[in-house]
Amino acid sequence: MALVGDPGTKELLSLEELEASGSLRTGRKHVLSILVEDKPGVLTRIAGLFARRGFNIDTLTVGPTDDDRISRITLTLDGALHPIDQVTKQLHKLINVLKIRDLEPAETVARELAMFKVAVDGQQRAEVLQICEIFRGKVVDVGKRSLIMEITGTTDKIDAFDRMVRPFGLVEMMRTGEIAISRGRAET
Amino acid sequence: MRAVDAVMECLKAEGVDVVFGLPGGANIPTYDALYDAGIRHVLVRHEAGGGHAAQGYAKATGKVGVCFATSGPGATNVVTPIVDAMMDSCPTVFITGQVGTHLLGTDGFQETDVIGITMPAVKHSFMIQHPTEVPRAIHEAFHLARTGRPGPVVVDIPVDLSRADIDYEPVTDVRLPGYQPTTEGNAKQIRQAAKALASARRPVLYVGGGVINANASEELRELAASDRFPVTCTLMALGAFPAPHEQWLGMPGMHGTRTANYAMDEADLICCIGARFDDRVTGKLSEFAPRAKFIHIDIDPAEISKNVPAHIPIVGDAKKVLAKLTAEYRALETDATRLDAWWQRIRDWQSKHPLRFDDTEGTEIRPQRVIQALYEATGGEGIVATDIGQHQMWTAQHFHFSRPRTWLQSGGLGTMGFGLPAAMGAKVGKPDELVVCVTGDGSIQMNMQELSTCATEGIDVKTVILNNGYLGMVRQWQELFWEKRYSHVDLRPDTAPWPDFVKLAEAHGATGIRLEDKTTLVDDLKAAFATPGPVMVDVRVTREENVYPMIAPGAAARDMVG
Repeated sequence: MALVGDPGTKELLSLEELEASGSLRTGRKHVLSILVEDKPGVLTRIAGLFARRGFNIDTLTVGPTDDDRISRITLTLDGALHPIDQVTKQLHKLINVLKIRDLEPAETVARELAMFKVAVDGQQRAEVLQICEIFRGKVVDVGKRSLIMEITGTTDKIDAFDRMVRPFGLVEMMRTGEIAISRGRAET
Repeated sequence: MRAVDAVMECLKAEGVDVVFGLPGGANIPTYDALYDAGIRHVLVRHEAGGGHAAQGYAKATGKVGVCFATSGPGATNVVTPIVDAMMDSCPTVFITGQVGTHLLGTDGFQETDVIGITMPAVKHSFMIQHPTEVPRAIHEAFHLARTGRPGPVVVDIPVDLSRADIDYEPVTDVRLPGYQPTTEGNAKQIRQAAKALASARRPVLYVGGGVINANASEELRELAASDRFPVTCTLMALGAFPAPHEQWLGMPGMHGTRTANYAMDEADLICCIGARFDDRVTGKLSEFAPRAKFIHIDIDPAEISKNVPAHIPIVGDAKKVLAKLTAEYRALETDATRLDAWWQRIRDWQSKHPLRFDDTEGTEIRPQRVIQALYEATGGEGIVATDIGQHQMWTAQHFHFSRPRTWLQSGGLGTMGFGLPAAMGAKVGKPDELVVCVTGDGSIQMNMQELSTCATEGIDVKTVILNNGYLGMVRQWQELFWEKRYSHVDLRPDTAPWPDFVKLAEAHGATGIRLEDKTTLVDDLKAAFATPGPVMVDVRVTREENVYPMIAPGAAARDMVG
């Protein structure tokens, strides 16, 4: 975990270095893992920066880290739509931003939590429950005419689950957006 | 001591010798502490004037400009100067009052979310939540304002916290873990840049305001002197390189010289130093400098490849990078004759396309003539601030700036009303210099109340109004691109000059002078500048004169008209 005051937290930002680190990749989904100081208004500054410069956030999650002075923001965006180096460089300019990593998918474990409320009647109930089991989902509420299931996994897995249960009558669904952590011993 | 007394201690420790501002309910404690702090305060008539004065002070001196404003309308009045300072990377600190913490979020009297309002336009801001945070916030604000890419920082202090007692201990270390600007410049990239310059056959040094912010004019001249590199300075950088110099091409962009724009268009290498490829410089981006490779030197990594992809990016302080680049360049063996053909081409453009206007006939005073007379009357010395519009462009074209920090204007935001207060701030910071505000009859009316400040505070600013009775630049665009449909740009539709600027000056306790004879302009201006105290000179100029040459908005830089 990077500590406040650690001089190594800022990455070098020449184009060459960005290229070498792979940050100029476009055309894929980018998962940015951003360490920020836990101070009031930080999220507003980040969200405002995205809005003002016309960058579109796909998902955004914020939570504490093991250091109570620091929070982690996991943010996904479409690299095909935005110059990712410009996004990261503008984020770096925010004083409360300590570190940004553009996570390489193969080197990263990413998970999302979703809850699905599905309308079920009679016969269908068994079918939906079976699908839920196959996806290792968990039933968290059972009503006479509905089921609520909780499922965690990669975005793809949740998308697939969505496709499977939607035809039964999806009442509502919510997803947290991804959190991600790099594999191996190195810090994310 | 009270938190506000600590504010004064911090300001003194930061070397602040003057503050511009206006008191109100929520910053009375700050003003109470200022009462015996021994810091000069200039009481402005409008907070916008205070903010622009702080900018003028900063731009002329290189120090951090400071402005106080109360909460609510006081704070919203400084939003324009804050945005302006952000656009021009101007080191400024704005200390605003806020309603008491028990009223926060209740829509209390004079409450606005000033942090929220200013957030998109500040380098950083501090909302004070505990009085003990005040000293550190003030020092961090100054550190942020003046280092890296300079900019405006806001410190918002709720009134109850501002007078709370704290144990004050001087802050000697500033800890901002998320803020470590790269200043040195990568040695390998600098070497690459030197090599690129050495092999270029049609190079141009394209210089921006970053060179002035970095106090790197000397280093720029050294680099230019290491070979015959042609130099062009953006509007923000006029004065960074002496305009009378033989390697000077003039300003690039929408109202730049044909020589500068043609040179950029045909260049095979553009070395951009502290500029940001603004649309007013590039014209149509896809057709900008199509043959060139780009070296881009900037303290702000986000500027590099933002608009134009850089082939050789160098993140660093212009002063340090230029010194190293020149040393690397001098160490290379270069062929001095390789630029001959390039200079021949440039000289050809210069002789074919000088800046010109015709005022041989009639008694009307051409606005360009006034700027030439101003240049002659001042000997090119002194500090010139302008507002926004045609007068600004004529000044940029016809006043040949030789020294950095002598040309003050609102480059990025284009704020009408900037000129007079900025000149006022500059005069406070540089009392021994002649400070002239060149303005238009439209612009001056946006912050002319500061004439009162100048008169009462004894701030000796000379104002020259190029009075054409129009919002002239908009009229020019309507003439050229809107079929002469002059919609609401005529400021004196009954042909009577309005207002009477001579009387206006006198009403404020300044001297008003009207000039009507084009043959005696130089002497008349000299006499006006020799008159003690603030002077406002009203010059009626040709009503429908246009700024030429011009690149139409959205057109390619090589397609200049006029």
